[in-house]
Amino acid sequence: MHEKTIAELSLGLKNKAFSSQELTQAFLARIQTLDPELNAFITVTEDMALASAKAADALLAKGEAGPLTGIPIAQKDIFCTKGVRSSCGSKMLDNFISPYDATVVERFNHAGAVMLGKLNMDEFAMGSSNETSFYGPVKNPWDTGTVPGGSSGGSAAAVAARLTPGATGTDTGGSIRQPAAFCGITGLKPTYGLVSRWGMIAFASSLDQAGPMARTAEDCAMMLQAMAGFDPKDSTCVDQPVPDYSATLGQPLDGLRIGLPKEFFGEGLDPEIARLIQAAVDEYRKLGATVKDISLPNMHLSGPAYYVVAPAECSSNLARLDGVRYGYRCAEPKDLKDLYMRSRGEGFGAEVKRRILIGTYALSAGYYDAYYLKAQKIRRLISEDFKRAYEEVDVIMGPTSPSAAFRFGEKSADPIAMYLSDIYTIAVNLAGLPGMSIPVGFSGKLPVGMQIIGNYFSEAQLLNLAHRYQQVTDWHRRSPSL
Amino acid sequence: MQWETVIGLEIHAQLATKSKIFSGAATAYGAEPNTQACAIDLGLPGVLPVLNQEAVRMAVKFGLAIGATVTPRSVFARKNYFYPDLPKGYQISQYDLPVVGNGQTTIAVDGEEKVIGITRAHLEEDAGKSLHEDFHGFSGIDLNRAGTPLLEIVSEPDMRSAKEAVGYMKKLHALVRYLEICDGNMQEGSFRCDANVSIRPKGQEKFGTRAEIKNLNSFRFVEKAINFEVERQIEILESGGQVIQETRLYDSVKDETRSMRSKEEANDYRYFPDPDLLPLEITPDFIETVRAGLPELPDAKRDRFKAAYGLNAYDAEVLTATRELAAYFEAVVHAAGSDAKLCANWVMGDLAAALNKAGLEIEQSPVQPDRLAGLVQRIADDTISGKIAKQVFEALWESDETADAIIEKQGLKQITDTGAIEAIIDEIIAANPDQVAGYKSGKDKLFGFFVGQAMKATGGKANPAQLNDLLKKKLQ
Amino acid sequence: MSLTSEEVNRIAWLARLAIDSDKTDAYAHDLSGILNFIEQMSAVDTSAVSPMAHPLDQAQRLRPDVVTEPDQRALFQQLAPAVDAGLYLVPKVIE
Repeated sequence: MHEKTIAELSLGLKNKAFSSQELTQAFLARIQTLDPELNAFITVTEDMALASAKAADALLAKGEAGPLTGIPIAQKDIFCTKGVRSSCGSKMLDNFISPYDATVVERFNHAGAVMLGKLNMDEFAMGSSNETSFYGPVKNPWDTGTVPGGSSGGSAAAVAARLTPGATGTDTGGSIRQPAAFCGITGLKPTYGLVSRWGMIAFASSLDQAGPMARTAEDCAMMLQAMAGFDPKDSTCVDQPVPDYSATLGQPLDGLRIGLPKEFFGEGLDPEIARLIQAAVDEYRKLGATVKDISLPNMHLSGPAYYVVAPAECSSNLARLDGVRYGYRCAEPKDLKDLYMRSRGEGFGAEVKRRILIGTYALSAGYYDAYYLKAQKIRRLISEDFKRAYEEVDVIMGPTSPSAAFRFGEKSADPIAMYLSDIYTIAVNLAGLPGMSIPVGFSGKLPVGMQIIGNYFSEAQLLNLAHRYQQVTDWHRRSPSL
Repeated sequence: MQWETVIGLEIHAQLATKSKIFSGAATAYGAEPNTQACAIDLGLPGVLPVLNQEAVRMAVKFGLAIGATVTPRSVFARKNYFYPDLPKGYQISQYDLPVVGNGQTTIAVDGEEKVIGITRAHLEEDAGKSLHEDFHGFSGIDLNRAGTPLLEIVSEPDMRSAKEAVGYMKKLHALVRYLEICDGNMQEGSFRCDANVSIRPKGQEKFGTRAEIKNLNSFRFVEKAINFEVERQIEILESGGQVIQETRLYDSVKDETRSMRSKEEANDYRYFPDPDLLPLEITPDFIETVRAGLPELPDAKRDRFKAAYGLNAYDAEVLTATRELAAYFEAVVHAAGSDAKLCANWVMGDLAAALNKAGLEIEQSPVQPDRLAGLVQRIADDTISGKIAKQVFEALWESDETADAIIEKQGLKQITDTGAIEAIIDEIIAANPDQVAGYKSGKDKLFGFFVGQAMKATGGKANPAQLNDLLKKKLQ
Repeated sequence: MSLTSEEVNRIAWLARLAIDSDKTDAYAHDLSGILNFIEQMSAVDTSAVSPMAHPLDQAQRLRPDVVTEPDQRALFQQLAPAVDAGLYLVPKVIE
């Protein structure tokens, strides 16, 4: 049962091949067996899951089920879930039982999906390896000596290990796409503003976007259908109709123009990955696409701009964690200053502190123009690079990450080395574009992902592209031996 | 040395919306602690702000009323600092692109008119409150006020005395109440100000170093705090010292300003555009809709009162101080049908005194405009004298009856029958031969004696002018 | 660009983050490395470029002025480390 995709499970539930309760129990059992080693879950919500499954079975029996009714999924712990710990991977929120549901959570509940639990992640989504989590690192199911990527590492590992058929992720600089690539699954970061950020604990508000992570593009389409759409509670969420993502899957690709930016294939890219990307692009040629070399000349500035914008926003977003109204409070504060300094000093891990410090510095008097304002201008340049590119091509393809999954500890001592593992994904967030990662082969025993970047609100097109590729390949069908 | 005082005010007006600026929690004053602080106001993880339309409309209304520019695309920024009453660790405010820019207002001090520039007005959220009563060595935080919309109105440093500062503050206080964008309740903190005060040698162009006095919530405190601060700065400079730029607090009990030690650490607010909010676009259509709904403003009303009712500048100023008072006055004039000056005297005189004594606002007056008008009419047509009118007014205050009914019931109608008055005079002359003789021999002062006797005999109801004329005639 | 330990301490105070004194140098080293990485931006002339704060060029949506939030104090204060009489408690604020 656990090898089936969401689409297949949905059919099985409708055909009464199995019930949601059986399905839920099967995944819970798998989590119980395999997760102690993988550490993908922070919290397993067994009782709630079984109750939801029971309710779903009732709807299925009455014939009132939607496509996701009774389907088990898991939520990244960055989403607030009512009555359930919502820790964001941090000691700071280890005791935070959310009094409300995130819009994404509410929409999955409304669709009848069954939440299995909350997934591990880098602390406050700051990291590319899941090593910054307060709950310990998640292991990559393909090789437990390597990282699953981050920050949605728990989500990617859980889907890859078949602990859940689908999971939510969030992506601020590559946090859906890079772990999807490292764990050999399919992940989509939508256009900024497509999915509501209400209840999603903010890292960098102008970059954060939630998206689906699953085995196939078809499954991602089903999940995105539930997640996307206007929410009056988020001022940055766009008010426009959501297309039927599943309806356009399987459309022909004749005449599709693919752009390959030369900046994605330069120094620093593992040659084996370059070869796999070229092979995947060749598949697209066979499917009727034409390929063109393009340039995104300001690409090299995306890292520097990102490491100003994201820390600046996070330094302010995380100021509310002060030990006053909720969350961690240090023992016996001797005065107000001590309460703030120690609650925050003890509650946050080293990487979060580094980013808060950099962001605070970049916004401080005398440095704002040189850092923050400058970064916003670079952001404009990067966005214009993409705009020019989309005048001549329909989509852009390239590697998701310069290497496959790296080993624990390999980069954790060097922040810059770690930051470089998101070098191909960051620009997409700065511009607010949608991007996917799909499995396109293996480097040794480790999966490799290809990134597909579309124009604004082209999610239907991206999902169709990925689906067409997955119809003629089986990389997404491979599973790790556990 | 001759010193010149330079003052600029930052006025914070709480906007009279039902819900908060970025959340759907209520803004009502006086609720139990933290019962009006929702997830957004508490800054829970994952919450997001959405701007209240009414707060924007009110800000635009104010901008139009002071002849300012309304910024077509203004931006919300975060002001970052840590304080327990600031739940998110930043205040959402506006920084380099405020919603209202560059307006002005005219104040009158000692009969002189003066234009005060208004640099800007911006929207922001209020903070909560720290209660310092001892909770076993802790302070208590109430976040009901957090997120209440504020319009911060920043003046140019155009004021040169505490009196001018108070004049300006009163002017804006009346204006925001006219516009119905702020209830103006200073005790509840709905209207409060920070004063930037500096001094410089008279004739010098360069400004001196200023001190900012925080959170002044009455006109009297503004005046006293500024005066104290000016004296303090003069003393420092005259003894060879230097004024330091700092935030000071006014202690109304000791009547002094003192340095706020808790803010000793240099603030660095790290303003940047709030990424959770998009630029606020205000269209010409929106502005025109707001403009069409503007009420008559205090200055225009004052000028109209002078022209239409023949009032002097002082009366017109007093009667237009609030929209409610002006409306009351006009209702009296319309009901009375004439004699606006007499109406003004009664509204500003006996009525104002009685309201003041009872601690009531004009709109709570037990004497409604039509009943006061009834009284004014009877004075105007000589039915009662001014003196009797005071008696009638007291009865109006105590009852729901009309002036006519009271006059009738108490028999207060003025005696204007010449024959009746003559008969009384004749009796008095007959009964007081000595006084008559005295008066005739030149003791003019005795005339008052005869008036007194006549009034006593008529219960004060004799028409005074008529009585005077007849007495003079009879005593010749 | 390199930060001194004093600067790290100043920023840490602005951010209200206690940092162990024996780790200040390590932070200074790491942060200096990140600043050098960021420094690449200064090579580009952006004098004619307008800053971009949001990915989408849209205007703020406005909410009707309606009270929608009920009192949930009891629920919210279950999360608080210290409350008394409905108030959140903090070490005494001195003004």
